[in-house]
Parts: sequence; structure tokens; C-alpha cells
Amino acid sequence: MSAPSAQPAPTSPARPAGERTSHPLLRYLVRRLGVSALLIVGVTLVTFVLTNLVPGDTVAANLGQRAADDPAIVAAYRAHYGLDRPLPAQYLTYLGNLLHGDLGESQQTHRPVLTDLRSAVPATLEIAIGAIVLSVLIGVGFGTIAAVRRGHLADSALRLVSLVGISLPTFWFALVAYYVLSFKLDLAPGSGRLSPATTPPPDITGLYTLDSLLSGQWQTYADAVAHLMLPTLVLTLYTVGLLTRFTRSAVLEVLEQDYVRSARAKGLPGRTVLLRYVLRAALVPILTVVGLAFGALLSGTVLVEQIFSWPGLGSYAYQAASHLDLPGVMGVGLFVGIIYLLINLVVDLLYGAIDPRVRVS
Amino acid sequence: MTVTAVDSGGLRARFRTRIPRAWRTPLGITGAVVAALWILIAVLGPLLWPHNPLGQDFPRLQAPSGAHWFGTDELGRDVLSRVLAGARVTVPLALLLVGLSVVIGGILGLAAGFFGRWVDETVMRLTDLVMAFPTVILAMVVAASLGASLVNAVLAALVVSWPAYARVTRGLVVGIRGAEYVLADRLLGFSAMRSLRMDIVPMVTGPVLILASLDIGTATLLLSGLSFLGLGAKPPTAEWGSMVGTAIAHFDAWWMGVFPGLAILTLVMAFNFLGDALRDALDPHTAGVLGQAETR
Repeated sequence: MSAPSAQPAPTSPARPAGERTSHPLLRYLVRRLGVSALLIVGVTLVTFVLTNLVPGDTVAANLGQRAADDPAIVAAYRAHYGLDRPLPAQYLTYLGNLLHGDLGESQQTHRPVLTDLRSAVPATLEIAIGAIVLSVLIGVGFGTIAAVRRGHLADSALRLVSLVGISLPTFWFALVAYYVLSFKLDLAPGSGRLSPATTPPPDITGLYTLDSLLSGQWQTYADAVAHLMLPTLVLTLYTVGLLTRFTRSAVLEVLEQDYVRSARAKGLPGRTVLLRYVLRAALVPILTVVGLAFGALLSGTVLVEQIFSWPGLGSYAYQAASHLDLPGVMGVGLFVGIIYLLINLVVDLLYGAIDPRVRVS
Repeated sequence: MTVTAVDSGGLRARFRTRIPRAWRTPLGITGAVVAALWILIAVLGPLLWPHNPLGQDFPRLQAPSGAHWFGTDELGRDVLSRVLAGARVTVPLALLLVGLSVVIGGILGLAAGFFGRWVDETVMRLTDLVMAFPTVILAMVVAASLGASLVNAVLAALVVSWPAYARVTRGLVVGIRGAEYVLADRLLGFSAMRSLRMDIVPMVTGPVLILASLDIGTATLLLSGLSFLGLGAKPPTAEWGSMVGTAIAHFDAWWMGVFPGLAILTLVMAFNFLGDALRDALDPHTAGVLGQAETR
């Protein structure tokens, strides 16, 4: 939690007023984190209510047919997971355990949810980070080109590309990419994080690429990277479309501003105007969309992981949801909720760093 | 405040006069034609199907040929007929989903923007909560707990879809509720309800409907995604998403998955092309508001 607060700090020390500005920032942070904590409790409540108010039967979903017919087994099962107690009591117990960092035990894998998340999250992060970095680079570039060349061929072509990108059903595109690139052309492996013959690197961060590099296993590294290619490609295409469209409209809006015309009129080179004046101002709305795109990416990964047998958060969420595994679902909801709120916070703080006009008062 | 009111008034005028021009862009025309084709296919239904989409009448897993343009599936059903029949499932459900989201989100957004205070706070915090989840994960949880069926998939998608409309509607209402003509009517003795109906709703309808038209593609993707996961349409229903899902298990028979996917792609693309053309023809400010809601 303290990591994001470190980022805006470097903006102030240059000025003598730095001492005074850090104080309101701190207060702002405390207030934001307080609101975030409340929202996270809200997220758990929503998940809890949604998964409990509905007719689905957890017992039937997790026990086999024969076991579910035996009242003794069912009773023992319900007692083990505390399902025999009133709902408010169940919820309060969950919150109490949460304060101790205990997310409960998955009713489906029979392991602590935290352990499950610990192995699923790095797998998803590995594709999500690659996809978001790639799509920001490509999307912001494409969008800027489209805006600058407005009405020209490049603009029309990029518009077509981005519209097709956001219209692609990710799950279908993943299947096609798998079939063509992996199955037919054998350019990249299509399922899992590593080839069956490769043993996973020692668990340091959980990111196979980083772990294999840290332990100097070059072959494992190459294998992990090869397995990353297809899922990352598929996820990237979707967010590229989104980011291209938004960068284009954000840049267009700035291009119409008077100060851009002034900068041109006083004879600054086009590149300077674009980088120092236009892109800097356009970066604020773009950042918001990057935050949102990361969320879209986490949604996309649910469908993509199914195709590529990727043992990540999406697969875990799918299994937990389809087995009505409440602790599992709550764990995923919590994790994703926290990520969302953190991204929003970082984005808001970065605003201040990029655009002095919106600095926290 | 007056400025916003004038802007929205201008928007309504543009809404009427500019639509024809919007359709004259190549993308807009393509979108309109393809969307109209899919709607026609959905309406005509059985008249167009070469074979019974549920009939297991042919040899299994036949590659595309003159007799079966899109091949046959793992149960010997004609894929072309199933793809055409799928339009009858997806098109109406996507429209229904968007329609319901507009109504629910619109009403909540109207209330939040017009009454403010605790109503506003409650509704906006609710939208925050829903938007803190990635759409597919939340919809998946709801669909799984309701049980797999198409109706439940629509309900689940509804849970994640309404907040965008609530936010946009609220934003528009906040922009005009202080306008002089609204205040004047209130001073004349209009009740809150009458003011809402006469002054607010007509100003908000246009932009929200445009957002809705932009959203049909997203709705289609969400619904077919849920069916792909096995949380929507149940076999033997000919639904595009679930057809792609079945195709995973029959990897060699590429035609089983490729054609239903192309159907989703063309339908979503058509609506996105249309929406894009529509948005371009509109007031850039409103377009910005709508665009922000779209990325949720």
C-alpha cells in the first residue's frame, strides 16, 4: 500500500513549499485509502449476498451425487465450512478472518484460498503485464498517428483496425490463433505455462520468466516466454483497439487548444509540439483509460485462459464460480477489487505529477 | 448551466439532421447493411435454414462442401443452419439486454441526478461497487449461481451493464437540472415528477439511446462469452458462443468454431461501425461523455 504513495513525492522536493504540500497529500492518501477499505468491504458484501441469495446449492456442486445423498456427509460438510450457521454470522466470521489475512479454505480445491491465489495470480500477471505494456506502446502510438493524420488514409486504416480489435470475440480469436499459429504452423506452443518436460523454476516470485532468469535456467526461460506469446498476443489485440480509439480522441481534443496553436505559431518544431505540449496534456485521459483497460484485460483473461489451459486467475475464478465455491469467489473478487482501487489511486496521483493544474490542494 | 442546456438543445437538433450524413460514411453504410442483414436473418428464421439446425441428419464432422457450406458438427448437424438459427438467439437477447439496462440504469441515474443527496450517494456508490469488478468475472459468478440458462445469462449481464447508463444519465441530468427553463417550470408549480417527465427526460433520451446503440456490440460479446463458458445457452440450442465452446473439443474440425465466431464478429462489428459513425456525427462534447462510459 505504501508503494504508490512514494511516486508523487519526487514532484515536490524541488520547491521550498515541498514541506507544506506533503501534508495535505498524506491526508488525501489516508482519506482515499479509508474509502477504498470501505469499498472493499462492500465488494465482499456484494459477492456474499449474490452467491447466497441465489438458488444454487454449494453442497450439490462440490460433493458427488452419492455423497450428497448421505445426510451425515452433507451435515459434516456444512459444519466444516460453517454453512450450518446463520448467514450474518457466516459473513462476520469471514470478515473477522479477513482481518487476520485469512481468506478461508476453498470448498473446491480444499486448500487455503490465499495459497490458490498465490499460484494463480502470478500466472495471470505474467500475461496481463505483457499485454498492457504492449498495448499501451502500440495503442498510444497508433492513436497519436491517427489523430495527427486525421482524415488521411492512415487514420481510416487505424480506425478500421481498432474497430475490428474491439469487435473480436476474444475467446474465438484465441481459438483461431491457437489453431493457426500453434496447431498448423507450430510457431508457438499453445497450452500451459511450460512444456510438459520442463520443470518449473524455483518459486521466487511465481513469475516463471523472472524466476528462471534469477536462477539462470535459460532453457526454462525460453520455454516460458514461448508459452506466453499466444495468450499475450490475443489479449493485446483487444486492448490495443480500445487504447487507439481513446488516444485518438484525447489527442484530437488537445490539438484544438489555443496553446497548441501558439506553440506552432512561435515556430516550435512539430515533434516538440507533439511530445511536450500535446501528448503531455492528452496523457491524463489516456491514463484513466489504461486503468480501465487493465480491468478489461482481467475480464478477457477469463475467456482466454480457458483456451490456452492457463492456470491463472481467470481459470480459478471460472472453477470457483461454476462450483459455487464461495471462499474462492470472494478471494478473486477481493483481489481484483483491491487491484482496481489501487490502479485508480495510482492514476489519480499520477494526474498530479503530469498535470500541475489538478494537483491535490 | 445555461450553456449546457443550450448545448443539449443543439444536440437534439443535430441528432435529427445529422444522422443521414453519419450513414453516408463507408463504415457507417457497411455497418448498417450488415446489421440489417443479421436482423433480417433473425426475422425470417426457418425460411432461410437449408436444414433443421437441431436435426442430427448427416455424417459427423464433414468438412465444408457444396452440400454443407459450413460443414457438419460432432452430432451431424448442418453448421450453416445452426449459424443462421443462432441469429434468432443472439440478436433479440442482445437488444433485450441493452433495453433493460437502459431502463434500469436510466431510471436510477435520473433519480440520482435529479434528487441528489442520499439518493445520488447510494446509487453512485452502488455503481462503484459493480464497476470494481471486471464484468465477465461478476457476470460469471451471478450466472453460475443462478444456474446455466440463457435467461439467467441475460440477468447476469444486466447486473454488470446498468451502471454505465446510470452514470451517463446522472451526468446529463446534473448538467441540466439547474438550467433556467427547468427552474422556471418548477417555479410555475411543476411537481418533481412532472418536471422530470417534461423537462429532463426528453433532453436525456437522445444521448442515452446513442450510448445504447454503441453498446449492442459489447452486450453481444458478453452474452456469447457467458455461453462459451457454458453459463448461458444449453445444448442443443444453436447459440454462437456455445458453438465455439463445443469446437474446442473438436480441434481438427476448424469449421465448427470458425463460422459461429465469424457470425459474432460480423454482428458486433456492424453495430460498432454504426455506433462509431453515429458518434462522429455528434457534438464532440457529448461524444466524450459517451465514450467514457463505454470503456467500463
